[in-house]
Amino acid sequence: MSHRETITVTVQRGSAATGQHMQEFQVPAYESQTVLDVVSWIQQNTDPTLTYRFACRVGMCGSCAMMVNGVPRWTCRTHVKKVLKDQRIDIAPLRNLPVLKDLAVDMDPFFDKWVAAEGRHHPSIGRDAPIPAINPEAAARQVASAGIECINCSICYAACDTVANDPDYLGPAALQRAWTVYNDAKDADRGAILDAVSGKGGCHSCHSMGSCTAYCPNGLDPLSAIAGLKRATTRRFFGGGA
Amino acid sequence: MTPFHLYMAQRLSALVMAPFVLVHLGVMIYAIQGGLTAAEILGRTQGSLFWFLFYGMFVIAVALHAALGLRVILAEWAGLRGGVLNGVSTAIGLGLLGLGAHAVWAVTAGGGA
Repeated sequence: MSHRETITVTVQRGSAATGQHMQEFQVPAYESQTVLDVVSWIQQNTDPTLTYRFACRVGMCGSCAMMVNGVPRWTCRTHVKKVLKDQRIDIAPLRNLPVLKDLAVDMDPFFDKWVAAEGRHHPSIGRDAPIPAINPEAAARQVASAGIECINCSICYAACDTVANDPDYLGPAALQRAWTVYNDAKDADRGAILDAVSGKGGCHSCHSMGSCTAYCPNGLDPLSAIAGLKRATTRRFFGGGA
Repeated sequence: MTPFHLYMAQRLSALVMAPFVLVHLGVMIYAIQGGLTAAEILGRTQGSLFWFLFYGMFVIAVALHAALGLRVILAEWAGLRGGVLNGVSTAIGLGLLGLGAHAVWAVTAGGGA
């Protein structure tokens, strides 16, 4: 242990209210180590006041996303070897969201926009009716299924330059959710979804830069989902129905 | 006007502009073969309803398309919002329309071939 190599980790501390600064830590290097392991090591061994968020540690819950060397990543599934540069790593809270403290951001704006994008189920039948069969091979179902593995980690939201420049923009995750529900055969109000994504900050604000798709840790494609919403709203404009 | 209507107006004006740009460039390249003077151009355009409508619609589409594109840039890069954003982009659109309409009138009105 005494001769173990260390890595230099720079962590952003504080909040907008208290002022922010970068703090450097020396963390022992291990053969197999994730960025979340590094943050946890600092909190457990050097500074117990370091604030960050995580839960599942296996890439399912979407709570440990942070900026690693300036890029949004899910830290529990990001191996240190992959991001290490000159034995250094820079870690900061997610971009485009208000910082609560250190590495923990306020996710409220992100989830408020999920609600605003109308990405919720609009029931077509009551709870006592038999469950209708869904054909997994149907074209619309394939489109819907493409987006359902979203874990709400907000990495696409942090990567998006349109979100950075337009605080009203709903963002890739919320719009992808809306597109998923829109293509669900069991949804009864596709018009409400198109209305919700056609307003201020809706899907038409997207410039198709594609950072969402490039950085999504689950390999999802919000860029194409947003393009789908643009097509659907345009089709409705020309009388094609919702 | 909702953001969606502005989006559609910009896409549709682009659709209108595409053939105009191609015809404009094509005719220009074709017409200058063997030399061309300003008098010859005006001789063909002045009094021509076709060229008046062609460039008239072109100018309307350009004014709309450019103003809407700049509106987004002004909002995202300059942080303009609400009435200021709408006022500045409308002024840009009307300015382009005025300059373009003036030019169209100058080369197509009066004279006659």
